[in-house]
Amino acid sequence: MSHAITDSMTMIGRSIRLGRRNVDTLIMSIVLPLLMMALFVYVFGGAIDTGTQYINYVVPGIILLCTGYGAASTAMSVADDMNSGMIDRLRSMPIRSFAVLTGHVTASVARNALSTTIVVGAAVAMGFRPSASPLEWVAAAGLLLLYVLALSWLAAGLGSVAKSVESASALSFFMLFLPYLSSAFVPTDTMPSFLRGVSEHQPITPVIETVRGLLTGTPIGDKGWIALAWSVGLLVASFIVATALYRRRVND
Amino acid sequence: MIVEATGLRKAYGSTAVLDGIDLEVAEGSVFALLGPNGAGKTTTIRILSTLSRPDGGRLRVAGFDVVREPAEVRGVISLTGQYAAVDAEQTGRENLVMVARLMHLGRPGAKARAAELLERFDLVDAADRRVKTYSGGMRRRLDLAMSLVAAPKVIFLDEPTTGLDPASRTTMWDAIRDLVRTGTTIFLTTQYLEEADRLADRIMVLDKGKVAAQGTADDLKARVGGDRLDLRFTSGAALDVAAALLGGFPDHERLVLSVPSDGTAAHLHTVLDDLRAAAAAPVQVSSHRPTLDDVFLALTAREGVPA
Ligand SMILES: Nc1ncnc2c1ncn2[C@@H]1O[C@H](COP(=O)(O)OP(=O)(O)O)[C@@H](O)[C@H]1O
Ligand SMILES: [Mg+2]
Repeated sequence: MSHAITDSMTMIGRSIRLGRRNVDTLIMSIVLPLLMMALFVYVFGGAIDTGTQYINYVVPGIILLCTGYGAASTAMSVADDMNSGMIDRLRSMPIRSFAVLTGHVTASVARNALSTTIVVGAAVAMGFRPSASPLEWVAAAGLLLLYVLALSWLAAGLGSVAKSVESASALSFFMLFLPYLSSAFVPTDTMPSFLRGVSEHQPITPVIETVRGLLTGTPIGDKGWIALAWSVGLLVASFIVATALYRRRVND
Repeated sequence: MIVEATGLRKAYGSTAVLDGIDLEVAEGSVFALLGPNGAGKTTTIRILSTLSRPDGGRLRVAGFDVVREPAEVRGVISLTGQYAAVDAEQTGRENLVMVARLMHLGRPGAKARAAELLERFDLVDAADRRVKTYSGGMRRRLDLAMSLVAAPKVIFLDEPTTGLDPASRTTMWDAIRDLVRTGTTIFLTTQYLEEADRLADRIMVLDKGKVAAQGTADDLKARVGGDRLDLRFTSGAALDVAAALLGGFPDHERLVLSVPSDGTAAHLHTVLDDLRAAAAAPVQVSSHRPTLDDVFLALTAREGVPA
């Protein structure tokens, strides 16, 4: 048991080091959300009526956009290991090689926490005025962490079956796309009805609504519990799927 | 026997990749699996190192059953795969420390072991540079060093020198010979006959998933035919006399007669004495053994050669 923990710690250290040194991905994971935020706030924001300062509306959506980007790069890191000699080396050692996924997932969560913090900081500089109490900040952070963790495990699962880094990136495309079909950038009641059906029944909308409510005081209603249920459910399902896909990949 | 396989079979889909392989490797020896691309070398190594499941056969490594006791097998082996398993964005030292930590050496122990291996593989100067700046030979050495962190009993090396320049290849060969000196058993695959010839105690030629031949390098050479003597003469007349006396294959252009030989000094004496008695003594004599290249070509050119 204690070996399982030290093995995971070693692999987490490795993934964080690799993540820090993969300068392109790191810069993109910070610059891209900042660009998107500037684009939405300064270019589209004036034309979108959300009944509030647009920046107050859009910050949670930008954060979720970040998580999708982070998950896609996690899938790519995992695919890189699974398609190089590294996985064979680890599997031929007397350790639980699954720790390679734990390492990438943890590094993914850490990278997301960093980029989210930077995005929120930049948003404040651009005029974002959250009204959250410390407890609400903690609740928002907790929900986001849970959601990111779930998404990262899903990404790790996809990455472990992908036959190449490119196909991992293709597989995780929907994670980048999903936020646009949610209440991230425009309220769902402005969408045509079939799209509204999609956007109101996917996990990102309740997560965004809850984070928005916690940070800026918009009504949350039952969205909070739905977001929590989605995140926990997604985490459990993603972990099971990742374990199964990893097993399938390594048993030939 | 530290590695034993009987009736090893593996198919991907309907294609039999390994079709009943039997092999034995003695402890402390070097065993080379020789074969062209696609022969099944990597598949054999992956199965013996627990990465892939065989469809059939009985496999033991260091007394452990490869299929039923994979964890025990992993504890005594290490694998250096066909493609270097090193992190390009970590330094050489970080790569080694990572493996040492996974082998539960503890932080100080891991650092000490990494330093020792960097020294041994002549990577001290490059130790704190990222591996992406390394040459192919340095990567391969680091890869091998990473496999030696836990001092395994059996090392599987899949094409350890493929793609290396001649100087790096020689360095790699030296590293492998050093390992043998420490009593480690080496199971390597190669496409290079010269490599098998230089390193291996026993060679197995694999072709399309079947054993084409096995034995020592000398055994294999003997299988394609024995030695031959090339006798050179000063005149065509002498060559004709010699050919009439000894048979063999005369080459009138080069004035050389090739005769089969058993490689003994006695046979050489007889030949020379007979020729001198016939007043057709050669001016030059050379003895030729078939190379492994001859063996390889002879064995892999034909279909379904019996083992
Ligand atoms: N995972 C796999 N799926 C399908 N076919 C495979 C797989 N791995 C190897 N093969 C096939 O098995 C044969 C032997 O491959 P391999 O063991 O890699 O040969 P070698 O290492 O001697 O070049 C090849 O024809 C190869 O295409
Ligand atoms: Mg191969």
